[in-house]
Amino acid sequence: MRRGGLPAFLLVAPLLALLVLSFALPVGRMLWTAVADRELADALPDTAAALRAWDGDGLPPDAAFAHLARELGAALEERRIGLVAQRLNFEEPGLRALLLRTARAAERLRDDPRGGLVALDARWGEPATWRLLKGAAGPLTALYLLRAVDLRLTPAGIVDAPAEEAIFRTLFLRTLWIAALVTLICIVLAYPVAATLAALPERLAGYGLLLVLVPFWTSVLVRTTAWFVLLQREGPLNAAAVALGLIEHPLQMIGTRFAVILAMVHVLLPFAILPAYAVMRRLDPALPKAAASLGAGPLARFLRVHLPLSFPGVAAGGAMVFLLAVGFYITPALVGGPRDQMVASFIAFFISQTPNWGMAAALSVLLLAMTGAVTLLVRAVLPGFARRA
Amino acid sequence: MTGRVLVGGAAALVLLFLVSPMLAILPLSFSDSEILRLPPEGWSLRWYERLFTSDRWLLAARNSVVVAVATTLLGTVLGTLAALGLHFGRIPGRGAILALLAMPVVTPSVVTAAALFLAYSPLGLTGTMAGLVLGHTIISVPFVVLAVLASLRGFDATLLRAAASLGATPAQAFRRVVLPLIAPGVAAGAVFAFATSFDEFILTLFLAGPGQFTLPRQIYAAVRDVWDPTICAAAVVLFLASMLLLLASEAARRRGGGLG
Repeated sequence: MRRGGLPAFLLVAPLLALLVLSFALPVGRMLWTAVADRELADALPDTAAALRAWDGDGLPPDAAFAHLARELGAALEERRIGLVAQRLNFEEPGLRALLLRTARAAERLRDDPRGGLVALDARWGEPATWRLLKGAAGPLTALYLLRAVDLRLTPAGIVDAPAEEAIFRTLFLRTLWIAALVTLICIVLAYPVAATLAALPERLAGYGLLLVLVPFWTSVLVRTTAWFVLLQREGPLNAAAVALGLIEHPLQMIGTRFAVILAMVHVLLPFAILPAYAVMRRLDPALPKAAASLGAGPLARFLRVHLPLSFPGVAAGGAMVFLLAVGFYITPALVGGPRDQMVASFIAFFISQTPNWGMAAALSVLLLAMTGAVTLLVRAVLPGFARRA
Repeated sequence: MTGRVLVGGAAALVLLFLVSPMLAILPLSFSDSEILRLPPEGWSLRWYERLFTSDRWLLAARNSVVVAVATTLLGTVLGTLAALGLHFGRIPGRGAILALLAMPVVTPSVVTAAALFLAYSPLGLTGTMAGLVLGHTIISVPFVVLAVLASLRGFDATLLRAAASLGATPAQAFRRVVLPLIAPGVAAGAVFAFATSFDEFILTLFLAGPGQFTLPRQIYAAVRDVWDPTICAAAVVLFLASMLLLLASEAARRRGGGLG
């Protein structure tokens, strides 16, 4: 029954194939679209080749004008002009209209492409337009990653995006801030629960743990929906607060940062409690007594004995909460307002509302970089973290 | 001593906070009006009646069960086989395989969902049950592998030699010795896989068409669309289903399964 290398590998192979084909490759390919620039080269291959050969000084050679006019016409006819128009328009609004207009005029441009194009639209006589096309000729681009941190690539180098278009740095800072705040609150709330349960006899602690496991097993969507109901202006929380005289009129809570933090803490709290409890349960109950016999007061016992010894569990729980919080989507979408949305919402936006795979991928790369950095950081502090789970 | 009382009181409040939303939803789902008042002025089962007679909700419930069962079967078979191979074999790159296995768990689901949407669209797998099951399996299967590996951790290999020396064929030894020992782990992994699929939302949001809406997806659609207490009733039903899964998981854990 001691299996050798090959038969054992055959047992692992189906799952490995599934994970590679249906997870690793798709994720890798998606992330690759953050730097890939294929739209122009796919739709206008000869133009792309001519532009890549051009040194970018002044206007490109006649061949580039001729290829562009011909290939745009063909791309329009074969209905594959959409992607390249979208790609260029994203970098320079207005280029979609220019491309479509040029494509429709392709027939008339055949005899004198250069003169015809410049006569059709003065932008074809400007080196800047052509340099932009050359920049999009592929195969790689930094456009999306730069945009994801509010930077623009211009002939003068990399510059900050105009203030009215700069949204992503705020978005990432907001995501980090919400995740950090939720993590901190979860740790503070989890500590007394874990400590109290760990001090109870095992049987009694089991009942307390059940109160933690019930929300843990309840669907995130169900719990968020519950908060959505409770926080309504006409909902039970407002009614109770008015009845108790805490507030005079019902407050608008849905669509606020408060609602997002409250619901996220509720959803993620079990992830902080369970690891902290597991570590505290294993602590030797004789240690605080020993510290007391050596003259340590309650505060000193907590700060110098309990806290350092329970740190691995508390930190592991906090790290788990942070890693999950950074990628949150449902809770801000349901109980938050437009200014409470996190990175995940924008990834979803660039996939379903305004399809832009480059931006969705660039934001995903940065989000993964954030979670990866946190995982490595935590591993440096807690050698066992994420090995088991 | 007062310190301990204070800490205990804080713990009790936090535990109350953890369970209160579901406790509040329960009476609201039995209210006889659309007004969200606690306690309700009158009681009725009208929202449950509406829930259980609505084609959309019934389709969503059916889809949820079908996808979760298929995910559990696929995930449990593939995950258990892989765990056995990883435990008993000398697999080159074992560490890398375990790391790859942890990836779907730590990758933010919106990233996985986006990647699968991009990969499945050209294959025609978006808007199909097969695509949904594949996606759910990816994020559920790591729990099966971990649970089975955990149940194998204390496995004594001499048991197999003992079985062989008593004349058992490898197949008999597997069925009579290995299988009973890993059964709680397999069960725990299966329950967790079922729960993961049953609760999953973001993958479903991206991969499912209207015909594949699951219960979480339908709740989301209902909350965003027209609000009525049918959603409370649906939340309670889903909550009760989760409690059944919790009980099943606890039963498996007591028999030595679980992810601990």
